[in-house]
Amino acid sequence: MSNETSHVHSSTVSVPHETHHEVHHGHHHETFLTKYVFSQDHKTIAKQFLITGMFWALLGGLFSVIFRLQLGFPDAKFPWMEALLGEWAKGGQLQAEAYYALVTMHGTVLVFFVLTAGLSGTFSNFLIPLQVGARDMASPFMNMLSYWFFFIASVVMLSSLFVQTGPFSGGWTAYPPLSALGEASPGSKVGMDLWLVSMALFVVSSLLGGLNYIATVLNMRTKGMSMTRMPLTIWAFFFTAVLGVLSFPVLFSGFILLIFDRHFGTSFYLSDIYINGQALPNEGGSAILYQHLFWFLGHPEVYIILLPAMGMASEILSVNSRKPIFGYMAMIGSLFAITILAFLVWAHHMFVTGLNPFLGAFFVLLTLLIAVPSAIKVFNWLTTIWRGNIRFTPAMLFALGFVSLFISGGLTGIFLGNSALDIQLHDTYFVIAHFHIVMGVASMFGMFAGIYHWYPKMYGRYLNNTLGYIHFWITMVGAYLIFWPMHYEGLAGMPRRYYKYDIWESFKQFGELNKFISIVAIIVFLVQILFIFNFFYSIWKGRKVTTQNPWGANTLEWTTPINPGHGNWDGEIPEVHRWAYDYGKDGQDHIAQTVPVGANESKH
Amino acid sequence: MEKVMSSERTQKMHPHRFTLWVAIGSISMMFAGFTSAYIVKSNQAGWQAVQVPKIFYLSTVLMIASSVTVFLAQKAMKGREMARYRLLISATVILGLAFVATQFIGFTELWANKITFSESVAGSFFYIITGVHALHVAGGIIALTVLFFRAYNSKTKYYSTAPVETAGLYWHFVDILWIYLFVFFLLVS
Ligand code: HEM
Ligand SMILES: [Cu+2]
Repeated sequence: MSNETSHVHSSTVSVPHETHHEVHHGHHHETFLTKYVFSQDHKTIAKQFLITGMFWALLGGLFSVIFRLQLGFPDAKFPWMEALLGEWAKGGQLQAEAYYALVTMHGTVLVFFVLTAGLSGTFSNFLIPLQVGARDMASPFMNMLSYWFFFIASVVMLSSLFVQTGPFSGGWTAYPPLSALGEASPGSKVGMDLWLVSMALFVVSSLLGGLNYIATVLNMRTKGMSMTRMPLTIWAFFFTAVLGVLSFPVLFSGFILLIFDRHFGTSFYLSDIYINGQALPNEGGSAILYQHLFWFLGHPEVYIILLPAMGMASEILSVNSRKPIFGYMAMIGSLFAITILAFLVWAHHMFVTGLNPFLGAFFVLLTLLIAVPSAIKVFNWLTTIWRGNIRFTPAMLFALGFVSLFISGGLTGIFLGNSALDIQLHDTYFVIAHFHIVMGVASMFGMFAGIYHWYPKMYGRYLNNTLGYIHFWITMVGAYLIFWPMHYEGLAGMPRRYYKYDIWESFKQFGELNKFISIVAIIVFLVQILFIFNFFYSIWKGRKVTTQNPWGANTLEWTTPINPGHGNWDGEIPEVHRWAYDYGKDGQDHIAQTVPVGANESKH
Repeated sequence: MEKVMSSERTQKMHPHRFTLWVAIGSISMMFAGFTSAYIVKSNQAGWQAVQVPKIFYLSTVLMIASSVTVFLAQKAMKGREMARYRLLISATVILGLAFVATQFIGFTELWANKITFSESVAGSFFYIITGVHALHVAGGIIALTVLFFRAYNSKTKYYSTAPVETAGLYWHFVDILWIYLFVFFLLVS
């Protein structure tokens, strides 16, 4: 296929292909264990995050298929389900308890393990050293620890699926009292303890990673790579890390209090509770306190998930339009504004908790303000591709899909941000539709775009394009078919997190629609398996990359050898002389960052 | 490995120190979370504040003294006065241990006065917030102890000031954090 540009061997490639190996550095012999398992090479760690994330995406996706079957076909019996899930699907019918467990695990896994660890963990790790011109992270050892904490967190979470009382089932937000009282539900017992241990390990992993990303971006840039010459990907990863480092500890403090409520008899979140007619002794606590602590992380978290996708989309849109990014400084400014605002809007998740309406008004204002930097970004993406020489690679398609989804999902955010409208919309399918489109699917698209685009750098081979196009189109159409109708259900008041809707006459009208949604969800899930097949097949059998810079891009990662070793560049780290977006300038297709500014060059 | 370490760029700040600064921001956010939760709760009906135990004044003195000794230890290291350095580091470790001990005594006192997890929400906050701080002090003690033993290892003729400066920065941080918490509990009570 015609992905490769023909101008690769122009003067813009400044680092010779295979420079001689520097003997005096000495070959340290790497065993299988240090090279692939306990590796400190940021590129290997990135792949470890990616593959672990893909495992979780597959499992989390499978969960959603199973509970969608329940929602679409509440009366049907699936004997195979009993074979697969045993007690959970007695008589081939998913049990209510199992339904809640699956919904909870789906949310937890997708938000934290796939779209946080799988996304930032993969691409911050992979791209930060390569694009700022560093041999590795500031602390490769801490970086390795970051992965292994994530790995252990994964094992613990996975193990909670196999305990007798089942995994936690009180929703991904883990509100007390369901999360604080073991007697509240089966999933609130061991399952919740494992959930907490796993999440605590996960927070440690995120913090170790985030510290490293920040330190690397600020301290390890190569000569000439000033902050304002960094690609937007790096800016996005940087702000993502800042968000994580400042908000995860607050969640952690909330978890500590929760652990004490669960096991040591404190009453931070508990007050006046009856279980089975029995009054509990706890007094003076407040469940709302947990919500504040949770959403103080929770809202920044949604941007932790989104910003990397934004950064990668910016880069991929520019490269594949053969045009400079429009409004580079405005892009950084809006990332910055989003980062600040992300800390100031958490209570928009709590409009109906009895929040003081006066306070609510401020949160409405600040929430709606986010629309401004978001709109700036959208405007700049559209003007970047405007009249460009667009190359519709799979990566580019996913980046375009990302922009489309971000617009659609962002618009519904403006509905929800109004506290008065939110009284009707809160906890309905409207919210589900909103955040799946704007965060879930959009960030998945950012991730897919990143994988298709940087796969050649990761594995020295291409992903299969035809499979890529199939993957894109079915996922794109499918995502809208799944989530668009949910807006209508939500506007009609259909609540989320319900096992069955048969007691409501008014929601009977959505029976067929729910079937439709479930069927599309299954198809989309199957296409993701196709992608995973493509991924692994191409590692060994994909078309080989034969040129250093297959996309004709300006950034530094394409100046490394096709299969870079630990340390990335064979010789000196190249020096940087310009920003990353000189495409189509002065009649040149692209000018790499390593090319000195010529005497007669025009300004950008 | 060597390849990775040789950074081509001269750094203004030692990378570990820099990373520590970011971590300090992170830890501060955790305590900001705790103390703002405390403020929110203290405005609600039925709130009964706890009296800060008297021995916590002593804790404060110990903590400030240990900050001074760690500061002097850094200077001693810079001047290559190894004997003095070891002495000051051990003084810091002992002061740190004494701090943790006074915290523990204060906790027992409170607990004896019926300020328990099930009886007092304010008390629960108090135990957890100061307890988590004490854990951070314990972490600092471990780091300093490692440095102390390293200073005895005569094989390393490598006098780098970076580790002690990093550990010192952390120590000053837990000191300032303590003063913040102490004043906080005195004022909000
Ligand atoms: C113009 C921008 C946005 C506005 C005004 C907005 C507003 C809101 C509001 C008010 C809610 C709470 C609804 C409720 O529970 O009743 C909400 C939920 C949510 N939003 Fe947004 N949002 C915006 C963009 C985003 C973005 C960009 C993301 C993610 C990248 C996101 C992710 C979420 C998530 C995950 C939830 C639901 C969490 C849950 O309850 O489980 N939103 N949004
Ligand atoms: Cu939010």
